[in-house]
Amino acid sequence: MGLELAVSDGQAMDDHAARMQSPLAIRGMTVSYGQKPAIFSVDMTVAPGAMTAIIGPNGAGKSTLLKAALGIIAPLAGQTLVFGQPIRRQRHKIAYVPQRASVDWDFPTRVLDVVMMGLFPQLGLLRRVRAPHRAKALACLARVGMESFASRQIGQLSGGQQQRVFLARALAQEAQLYLLDEPFAGVDAATEKAIINVLKSLRDAGKTVVAVHHDLSTVSEYFDHVFMINTRKIAEGPLAEAFTERTLQETYGGRLAGAQMDQIGRALAAR
Amino acid sequence: MIRDALLFQLGYNATLVTLGAMLLGMAAGVGGTFLFLRKRALVSDAISHATLPGVGLAFMVMVAFGGDGRNLIGLLGGAAVSAALGLLGVAWLASRTRLAEDAAIGAVLSVFFGFGVVLLTMIQTMSAGQQAGLEGFLLGSTAGMLRSDAMIIAGAAALTLGLVLALRRPLTLAAFDPGFAASTGLNVARTDLAMMGLVLAVTVVGLKIVGLILIVALLIIPPVTARFWTERTDHVVVLSGVFGGGAAYLGAAFSAALPDLPTGPIIVLVGFAIFAVSLLLAPQRGVLSAVLRHRMFQRRVHLRQGLLALAQGQPIYEPLTLRLLRREGLALPDGVATPAGRARAGKALLDETRWQLVRQDPSFEAAAAHYDGLTPIETVLTVDQLDEIDQRLPQPHEVSRP
Repeated sequence: MGLELAVSDGQAMDDHAARMQSPLAIRGMTVSYGQKPAIFSVDMTVAPGAMTAIIGPNGAGKSTLLKAALGIIAPLAGQTLVFGQPIRRQRHKIAYVPQRASVDWDFPTRVLDVVMMGLFPQLGLLRRVRAPHRAKALACLARVGMESFASRQIGQLSGGQQQRVFLARALAQEAQLYLLDEPFAGVDAATEKAIINVLKSLRDAGKTVVAVHHDLSTVSEYFDHVFMINTRKIAEGPLAEAFTERTLQETYGGRLAGAQMDQIGRALAAR
Repeated sequence: MIRDALLFQLGYNATLVTLGAMLLGMAAGVGGTFLFLRKRALVSDAISHATLPGVGLAFMVMVAFGGDGRNLIGLLGGAAVSAALGLLGVAWLASRTRLAEDAAIGAVLSVFFGFGVVLLTMIQTMSAGQQAGLEGFLLGSTAGMLRSDAMIIAGAAALTLGLVLALRRPLTLAAFDPGFAASTGLNVARTDLAMMGLVLAVTVVGLKIVGLILIVALLIIPPVTARFWTERTDHVVVLSGVFGGGAAYLGAAFSAALPDLPTGPIIVLVGFAIFAVSLLLAPQRGVLSAVLRHRMFQRRVHLRQGLLALAQGQPIYEPLTLRLLRREGLALPDGVATPAGRARAGKALLDETRWQLVRQDPSFEAAAAHYDGLTPIETVLTVDQLDEIDQRLPQPHEVSRP
């Protein structure tokens, strides 16, 4: 914080401009469960049109940061700007994919119904679901390779298929900013590939993607920006600047095993 | 007599009561669905028991001001206020203390109910001369119900039903995926509160007909029954309304024809009968169909394993497998395949080999998901796709000797 006092006015102006243009700018976000802060005074300025991985050890506050930014949990302090405006007026520009394990998959609903939920904000309370809405939901399912499952009960799906249905629901929201909480957790290789292809196509269409990610060995293959967190922000920026051995050590402390470090070292070298 | 009641022939008042009960049953079934889906069904128990002190206090206040203590609007108003206090008590205990919601429900329910019983006893001793008739609120009673009472109940039930249907999308979203719901800007806490408020309205409206002890059944049994029949939220909502309305209509009609029977318990028993039938007979989730499906599946597995064993010339030890093969005329008692058995065995082996190839190829992922070891592959793949797979089959006659 002391450093910030020393920077010139010009630097502060640049920061301000970056925040106002960022699809997601978080300031001073602090959340505590009980007395111990889960995340403390975290600032984040997501680069537009980029794919950013939020990485950090278990319990570092990765998911908490996303949930607090979206107002799903109430922060102690902190504010979120979406494209320079308070989030409450920008909800329609955001699509959020929660952790798969956060819902009950025996809920009485079919795959297509889940995707239709992405259209609820535009349908409002009473507008009827019509053929174009259904067609749109089916098209979103097709993008994740799940169109032939449209009328299945969601409990019959495998973990990877459930994750793809969640992604299809986010696609139906036609957002500018996609926030995903551990989209690759516990999914099969085919699903991982399908998801990353969809995310890359979103980025290529100018959308911004932010994902909580836990597999360090694929960070440089899948993402172009990282945000590293361990209760506090450790580093943020393009891979080349922020994803270094030093920031990794700082984020994970002594908790990275030697083999993991080697693996990451190779990933860093391949960057 | 019962036939007359079912056909609304018992006169205007009884007909009105039956119709009111039916509307109430529909509102309870539809509103209870979202409570059930949100896994908060027991909250309704706390709400209903918390109505009792409100009924007693409202009676006392109305008598103290020289009015008629039995005025239904006054009594229901009192019930609503104390139920709301009970609901807030549960919410406060669950969110601000370390008590879990079930413990909070138990505490609030018993304290409010105990207080209510004390008040009712006091009222009985006070008004020894006149009948207060408040016991009717415990188990429901349509006997001696005024025409205006029935109109109030019917109107309020219809209004509640309309409100629940109007809010079905946010209620569904909050029940299935509260995190996603919040990310779209939906206020989940307020949605939950609206849901509780609707349940409270159903409870208060239903007090006179079903009684506070059993209104819970009308909120919970219909959605649970409906869940047996469908995998879709909107269908659960509609079916639950139909079951709830049907149970209430039948129950109210019975109790109008046989005035000695309390209305609430009859309605609940009718609801339970529908539940029991659904539990046993529902096509997908019912108990009978599950048993049958399991037996059929077991037989198909045994048959398939037996055929594969025949194809590969392996001995068959399992008695059930042998018995099935013999009954189908596929094998002789000593386990040797008949000509028909050899043909079926060859087909089974080809099927299994084709499936192996399909499951190894990621481009057939959608088809491979249908694999269960039993489904014939030609029901899943097109002729062209089968040809493509068959190109990759091992060709035994081309194997050359070294």
